[in-house]
Amino acid sequence: MPFEVYVALRFLREGRTQTALILGGATVGVAVIVFITALMGGLQSTLVDKTLSSQPHLTLKRPERVARVLPAAAGEAVSAVVEKVPERIRSIEQWQRALRLVAGAPGVVAAAPTAAGSAFASRAEVSKSVAIRGIEAESFDAVVRIRRKMVAGRFRVQGTEAVIGTVLAVDLGLAVGDKLRLATAEGRQDVFTVAGIFDLGDQNVNQRWVLVSLRAAQTLLDLEAGITTIEAKAADPFTAEAIARELGPRTGLDADSWMNVNAQLLTALRSQDASALMIQAFVVMAVALGIASVLGVSVIQKSRQIGILKATGTSTGAVLRIFLVEGAVVGLAGSIAGSALGAAMCFGFAAAVKNPYGEALFPIELSPGLFLLASAVALSTALVAAVAPARHAARLDPATVIRHG
Amino acid sequence: MGDPALEVRQVRKDYAAGEVVTPVLHGVDLVLERGEFTALVGPSGSGKSTLLNVVGLLDRPTAGSVAIAGTDTGPLDDRALTRYRGRTVGFVFQFHHLLPEFSALENVMLPMMAGRGRADRSMVECAGRLLAQVGLGERAHRRPSELSGGQQQRVAVARALAMAPRLVLADEPTGNLDTRSADEIFALLRTFNRTAGVTFLVVTHDTRLAERCDRIVELVDGRIVSDRANGRPA
Repeated sequence: MPFEVYVALRFLREGRTQTALILGGATVGVAVIVFITALMGGLQSTLVDKTLSSQPHLTLKRPERVARVLPAAAGEAVSAVVEKVPERIRSIEQWQRALRLVAGAPGVVAAAPTAAGSAFASRAEVSKSVAIRGIEAESFDAVVRIRRKMVAGRFRVQGTEAVIGTVLAVDLGLAVGDKLRLATAEGRQDVFTVAGIFDLGDQNVNQRWVLVSLRAAQTLLDLEAGITTIEAKAADPFTAEAIARELGPRTGLDADSWMNVNAQLLTALRSQDASALMIQAFVVMAVALGIASVLGVSVIQKSRQIGILKATGTSTGAVLRIFLVEGAVVGLAGSIAGSALGAAMCFGFAAAVKNPYGEALFPIELSPGLFLLASAVALSTALVAAVAPARHAARLDPATVIRHG
Repeated sequence: MGDPALEVRQVRKDYAAGEVVTPVLHGVDLVLERGEFTALVGPSGSGKSTLLNVVGLLDRPTAGSVAIAGTDTGPLDDRALTRYRGRTVGFVFQFHHLLPEFSALENVMLPMMAGRGRADRSMVECAGRLLAQVGLGERAHRRPSELSGGQQQRVAVARALAMAPRLVLADEPTGNLDTRSADEIFALLRTFNRTAGVTFLVVTHDTRLAERCDRIVELVDGRIVSDRANGRPA
């Protein structure tokens, strides 16, 4: 064993209280980093999952028509009030081509055509305003994982089958197999059979969405063979905005991402990230100061020993390394103990904090990378914290130390 | 007879405390031949310990030169000086100055480990042999706190000899011990002096012990005032 490690380990072993103190500090620091990161990771992915459960990552629509002001003749000034042009819903031109472009774009894993518009759903005398979404069952499920969210019946939209949300089912007193009339403002209407009821975890969606076959929606909305929207899913939800910015010009459509629509949520997530980072930074600082001060005290207490070591042939560099090794050992041991403690805290939290159904509120994300990161932080913190005490020790003058006994 | 074990020429040492410069040594000349056993005596504050620190390469002189075994130590940088000190000079301090965290055996091994950078089996054997020579073979694995004052000082003697130094400097090695332990330690130093030919410079207040050395050097106010061979050493 190298001389420096031998001496450092012995000093640590013999300095029981001090070693316990700095080891405790490093352990708690690592545990807090592991716990907060796992908690935030779990919380955020749950929030993002919830948000994305009922909405596609990407939505592409036909650009809206913009009213233009006629250029004024020479010498004339024009005072114009530009109003938005009221538009009936119109199909995306050559949507099959656009759909292929979207589906084939890098980072996109699924794309689905949708014919969407508004209508009234009625049963007996009750009628509700709803959003019709004409879809293809397979491609829609690939974009918005709905099959897993069915609470009754099945997710099927063949012929005149319709799939509705839980809230609408309650509002209209509908069960699987019941009939439902859909009518548009233009007077087109049809009768559908409820094939299934979904719960996407969003009150508004559960109340408003009526999923029917693409064909049926096209007829109801008078779109002929057209569609209004292409919806797509990105492999990584957080690349959606970038993909949208690229796909917009390529398809000539208005591309929007969930990130844009949920800007507030993303801002919240980002500020949560920032505050978590800040807490961790302060924890790291507190741990570093703790290690530095305890090691500093131990250097002062050991100045006699350091003087003897130097008088009996230990070089200044070796003294420096002895205390750096002490820091490194504390950092290493602290990261192992802290990782264990952090993991225990995570499991304890998951067991203690449950929703009314007795399930964990959200999954805690513990990855090997997280432990590696926390350990790297602990090790470098401990090393940096050991530098000042180590330099102080290395500078001690053996003659002075010995003279003063 | 070759180079002397120690050759000190015109060594001056000043201590500066802020603006005030206090001269402690005023041009000391001292030559110790190999195998000599010399006592350094003098009243408190005469500069004995300072001279010992300068001779032991713990401190550099303000002026003058210190040569050990023929090597002038002035040009050595701090690193080289530490290495050279480790190999050629052994120390026995008044307060035994053992490391309480290590066993007697480890304390003796520390200079060897520091010199070579790691521990190995030969060091354990060497340290064990030295401890047996100072009569502590049985107690090699005790901590200093489990040993008596005399025993601790014997461990310190073994440590001073660990690197087979040319020169051993002892600062009041018996100052803290009762008469019997003091005699034992002194006898031990004498034994190493006779059997291994180690050169000793021993600072002492104890005239009884000084009279048992080969030579007595007296330092007063930073100057050597007398230097005589002792007719009837022990």
